[in-house]
Amino acid sequence: MHKVLLVIQREYLARVKKKSFLIATLLTPLIFPAILAVFVWIAVEEKENQSLRVIEVVDETGLFFMESSEQYAFSSSSKTLEEAKALVLEGERYGALYLPKMELSSPQGIQFYGIENPSTALISYLEAALKRKVEDLRLYAKGIDPAVLKQIRTQVKIQSLTLGDAGEEVISDATVNYALGFLAGILIYLFIFIYGNQIMQGVIEEKSTRIVEILVSSLRPFQLMMGKIVGIGAVGLTQFLIWVFLVGMLSTIVVGVLGMQMPQQQAMEMANPELMSATSESGDLGGLLYVIESIDFVSLIVSFIFYFLGGYLLYGALFAAVGAAVDAPSDAQQFMFPITIPLLVGYMGLFVFVLQDPSSSVSFWLSIVPLTSPIAMMGRISYGVPFWELALSMSLLVIGFLGTTWMASKVYRIGILMHGTKPTYRTLLKWIRTNH
Amino acid sequence: MMLEINKLNKSYGSHCALSELDLRVQEGEIFGLLGPNGAGKTTLIRIINQIIEQDSGEVLMDGLLLSGESIRKIGYLPEERGLYKKMSVWDQLIYFSRIKGLTALEAKQRVNHWLERFEIASWKGKKIEDLSKGMAQKIQFIATVIHQPRLLILDEPFSGFDPVNAALLKSEIINLKKEGTTILLSTHRMESVELLCDQVAMIHKSKKLLDGSIRDIKSRFRPAQIRVTLELGNMPLPNQWEVEFTEENRVSLLLPLQGQSPNQLLRELMSFGEILAFQELFPSMEEIFIQQINSSVDA
Repeated sequence: MHKVLLVIQREYLARVKKKSFLIATLLTPLIFPAILAVFVWIAVEEKENQSLRVIEVVDETGLFFMESSEQYAFSSSSKTLEEAKALVLEGERYGALYLPKMELSSPQGIQFYGIENPSTALISYLEAALKRKVEDLRLYAKGIDPAVLKQIRTQVKIQSLTLGDAGEEVISDATVNYALGFLAGILIYLFIFIYGNQIMQGVIEEKSTRIVEILVSSLRPFQLMMGKIVGIGAVGLTQFLIWVFLVGMLSTIVVGVLGMQMPQQQAMEMANPELMSATSESGDLGGLLYVIESIDFVSLIVSFIFYFLGGYLLYGALFAAVGAAVDAPSDAQQFMFPITIPLLVGYMGLFVFVLQDPSSSVSFWLSIVPLTSPIAMMGRISYGVPFWELALSMSLLVIGFLGTTWMASKVYRIGILMHGTKPTYRTLLKWIRTNH
Repeated sequence: MMLEINKLNKSYGSHCALSELDLRVQEGEIFGLLGPNGAGKTTLIRIINQIIEQDSGEVLMDGLLLSGESIRKIGYLPEERGLYKKMSVWDQLIYFSRIKGLTALEAKQRVNHWLERFEIASWKGKKIEDLSKGMAQKIQFIATVIHQPRLLILDEPFSGFDPVNAALLKSEIINLKKEGTTILLSTHRMESVELLCDQVAMIHKSKKLLDGSIRDIKSRFRPAQIRVTLELGNMPLPNQWEVEFTEENRVSLLLPLQGQSPNQLLRELMSFGEILAFQELFPSMEEIFIQQINSSVDA
């Protein structure tokens, strides 16, 4: 047993001591707050430095009065379209909006002229404004007073609540759950790939330099394989825990600093446009915080670590087997399909099914089958998963990694001593069946 | 008896790597395992190292079947070698000695001892990738003997070593033998072991062709050949005698013994002139080996 510990120790220290580990570990968590900060900075700069854009309105109907906004001013001085175009070309106007004579029941022929391609934001702003104007005019024609109309306009916002087993109500927010599931799923996917590859590279290194021959004369191939997998897994876990610590600390600092510079809600909107719709009116930020507070982070982190380790062990064994079967990394490609395909299915499934509808039957199966569950289940957990499903998924994952480890150890013990022959799937199958 | 191998069989699928192999290696001797590539030497060595398992037969070390206990007693230098490129000399040697079962303290002492013995203590912190090939070979050798194995198994030990290191390795092998280490040396290059080995066994196509001490084997295959240098008298030489070369009236002859004793031949030769030299020619191990292989092919 103590020999396995020696292998684990070597694998761990050999990686943690490297400069590249230190750099990756320290820089990666800086990237997220850095991106956040850059976005906020750009947004602030843009708002401050924005010059008012003047748009000439050529209104042949005489019905439209465009209200100017912070960003756009509209000038309606009954010029002809040609005059307006000339103003645009001279640079006097940012653009020209042409409203020809039209039937209000089916407005057509509206055009925008500009030197540069207008942003979709501007076009949709104009469209929304014109749409409302046309609707107002038509309602007015039917005898409804615009003042009454203004009174009638209402904002609707749905608050979603989930009912616990005991009937307790918890305010939930799909956006927050989405973000958490998204983040956790991607992290597991990346960790499996990055650290799985390290296992494979390590096995190939030992095989191609024949160190393995000396090692297996001293300890069992299985001990060697498990030592490598566990040692590298410990590196991943170390890195993850450092990240959690650093991201938490840095985010607190960044949010704190930004909070002094601009209203927090605005900062949130800049950082994540998706959040904008959810928190469009002031006062919702408190609600969002309440939702974040109501999520059970302890169970989220515990299950993250479980699925992280389970998924890593399951795929790690497969990566080790591939490494043992080939002579060089370039030969590994042909055996990577059985590893990449289920990982990709889990990854795509997370976006296409799980995050869209966490309780659909596709989501259920993706989060139960051990090959995809580490990624897919993380997408569901923040939404809340029935206990029995979680228990089933977790036990299947344990059975799954025991199975792949058993299979991999069979391939590994034969593969590491084979040189010069390129095995096929059939030879691998034969190795698995070999008894010793 | 250091190593006793009885009726060992091993095959890979339909390919037979070892069949009914018997070997005896005495404590403290250098035992040469000879044979061409693919004869089954590496398979035998891997079985002794418990890297693979035999299909049938047994391997006894000190009269006991191989077990986890045997690992510490064996040092193994495989034919193809390598070390962790990114690991320092010190870390690497400590790792290999601990894997072989030394305690942390023992490991440190042994590593220091060997680094000083080879006068390379200053390399401690260097990574293998920063060492020359010759330097790495020294480290590799230390890694093999660091745990003071009683049985040292060297697979093609001189291949890949430059002449300086090969000489060093040879003298270390002799040193270790003096210290009582039993050495099993496998090679297909006979000339490199002829002077080194006490006992040899020849393996060809999974079977043992012959074994014994080198002197024993050579006398068993003692040739019927004598080299004689004669200062010719008046008698003409018989026509069937093969003349190697003539220099004025000196001739050198290669004569088969043909059932005679050397003395009988000598007496016969004396009548032809003055005998200046008389030498029995031993075949090299290589010649015996090739001869054996050819006769086994014929059979």
